[in-house]
Amino acid sequence: MSVSSISIEPNGSKPKHLTIGRIGLYCFILMCALFFLMPLYVMIVTSLKDMDEIRSGNLLYIPKTLSFYAWPKAWSEACTGFVCEGLKPGLINSIKITVPSVIVSVSLGALNGYALAFWRFKGAYLFFGLCLFGAFIPYQVMVYPLLKIESAIGIYSSLPGIILVHTIFGMPILTLIFRNFYASLPIDLFKAARIDGGNFLKIFFYVIIPMSTPITIVAVILQVTGIWNDFLLGLVFAGRDNQPMTVQLNNIVQVDFGVAEYNVDMAATILTSMIPLAVYFISGRWFVRGIAAGAIKG
Amino acid sequence: MQSLTKNLASKIALLPMIIISLTVFVGCIIYSFVYSLTGSKLIPALNYVGFKQYEMLFKSRKWDVAVENIFIYGFVFTIGCLVIGFLLAVLIDQKIRGESLFRTIFLYPYAMSFVVTGLVWKWVLNPTFGFEHSMHLWGFDWFKLDWLVNRELAIYAVCIAAVWQGAGFVMVLMLAGLRGIDDDIWKSLSIEGIPKWKSYLFVILPMIRPMVVTSIVLIAAGVVKVYDLILALTSGGPGFATTTPAMYVMENFFSRANLGQAFAASIIMFISVVCILAPWAYYEFYYRNKEAKA
Repeated sequence: MSVSSISIEPNGSKPKHLTIGRIGLYCFILMCALFFLMPLYVMIVTSLKDMDEIRSGNLLYIPKTLSFYAWPKAWSEACTGFVCEGLKPGLINSIKITVPSVIVSVSLGALNGYALAFWRFKGAYLFFGLCLFGAFIPYQVMVYPLLKIESAIGIYSSLPGIILVHTIFGMPILTLIFRNFYASLPIDLFKAARIDGGNFLKIFFYVIIPMSTPITIVAVILQVTGIWNDFLLGLVFAGRDNQPMTVQLNNIVQVDFGVAEYNVDMAATILTSMIPLAVYFISGRWFVRGIAAGAIKG
Repeated sequence: MQSLTKNLASKIALLPMIIISLTVFVGCIIYSFVYSLTGSKLIPALNYVGFKQYEMLFKSRKWDVAVENIFIYGFVFTIGCLVIGFLLAVLIDQKIRGESLFRTIFLYPYAMSFVVTGLVWKWVLNPTFGFEHSMHLWGFDWFKLDWLVNRELAIYAVCIAAVWQGAGFVMVLMLAGLRGIDDDIWKSLSIEGIPKWKSYLFVILPMIRPMVVTSIVLIAAGVVKVYDLILALTSGGPGFATTTPAMYVMENFFSRANLGQAFAASIIMFISVVCILAPWAYYEFYYRNKEAKA
């Protein structure tokens, strides 16, 4: 199944009459929706309460008096260990990690997919299979040896180090979805380009890339959310100066000393999930396609 | 020579993939296995001790708890995601109003990171100020929700958070399956007078088996990795009641300086993933190809 053919849109017309069964159905689905929304709602209202109200009031109620104390504090004053600069440096780090990682990994995935789909050579699929297998190996198995490799070439605990790691771990899935997309293109197109004298790179740049917009959007969404939400790799490979937002968030919330400020914690949590949520709400259908593309093989 | 230069550009283009597959994906496993046979502590050393690390691992009380937890978590999380995911997909498939809104609501947790998921649920399940407190304020004094501080129940709190995050993902996969069902099948089912719930359970569910299998494999492969979620939600506690193999590995690598033990545990993790994947891979790639050819 190719990515473009996946559809979860309904077909047929909507039923006109409301029966008791359908009212029950709506009630049930509404309750499910409330359950799913509850944590997001709790996050938002908690971040807008002051600590007195949090201690005495009801978790599920809207704030009696709006307090904007938590947001600026989470943004620029909350403490992660000994440094009290809030999440701002983490956001900058996350951007510094995510942008190059996405560009490098998606470009490489496209190139790999193109080579595998149109320029097959003996043994290529053996390595591709090996690469796919890599997608399922738990990170914990690879983290330490990879750390050794990176420190041997001198990029451990640095920005290039974490970018390389994200490129490596993004490669299996990206190669797969680009290969599948290119394999679904008409082969005659490629043949015609060959007859016109196109070589490997020329065909890639002038024929294939201009046709790759939909799959590139899917790949970018997949990678932006994946890399932004990563915790483990950022913790191990980014180094102290480049800690991504997720790591800093965890440090802010899990501090052992001082009074826990739940409103600041929740504001920080919302700030950290803002980018992936924005990507999700804006991209909508594309996000769903990304999931389906990642899940469906062949 | 000719065979080597044939498709040379393609070979050069795929060189990074080949190098990474060999050095990282294969190389790291070999490296980990070799050093799992040593008594390495703070730095990797080649002082072979045979399978002693594995012996120690299986005798470790903490590892026992970790394995038990991963089975509970794996079972509850997989079943929870499948049941709720399928249920949501069926609900959405009833041609309801506001369908895309509901879909958006059920899937948004999947866009959030495990750390965020863990921290939110940690707050909701907070025994002093969380949901329990709300119930008390509403007059339900008997209500108790102390899972996070309860050794027996803490792992189920992790399951709730994980199902909340992952159920939407299964819903999307199942929905894609349901929408692929031909209208004629529904027509003939309704002519036969079979109730809808029966049709879904006994006719449609077997028909979307590939989607179910894919969901199970993807969820199960993720189960073994679970780390950030637990770190954020319980930090492995209370005590080490919610520790998992992934946490055991990371702890021995980075805070207990017990490399040999960490390598041995990571190899066991790897083997368990292979055990989950092998039957599926065999079915997907070998059995199916054979069927297609026959």
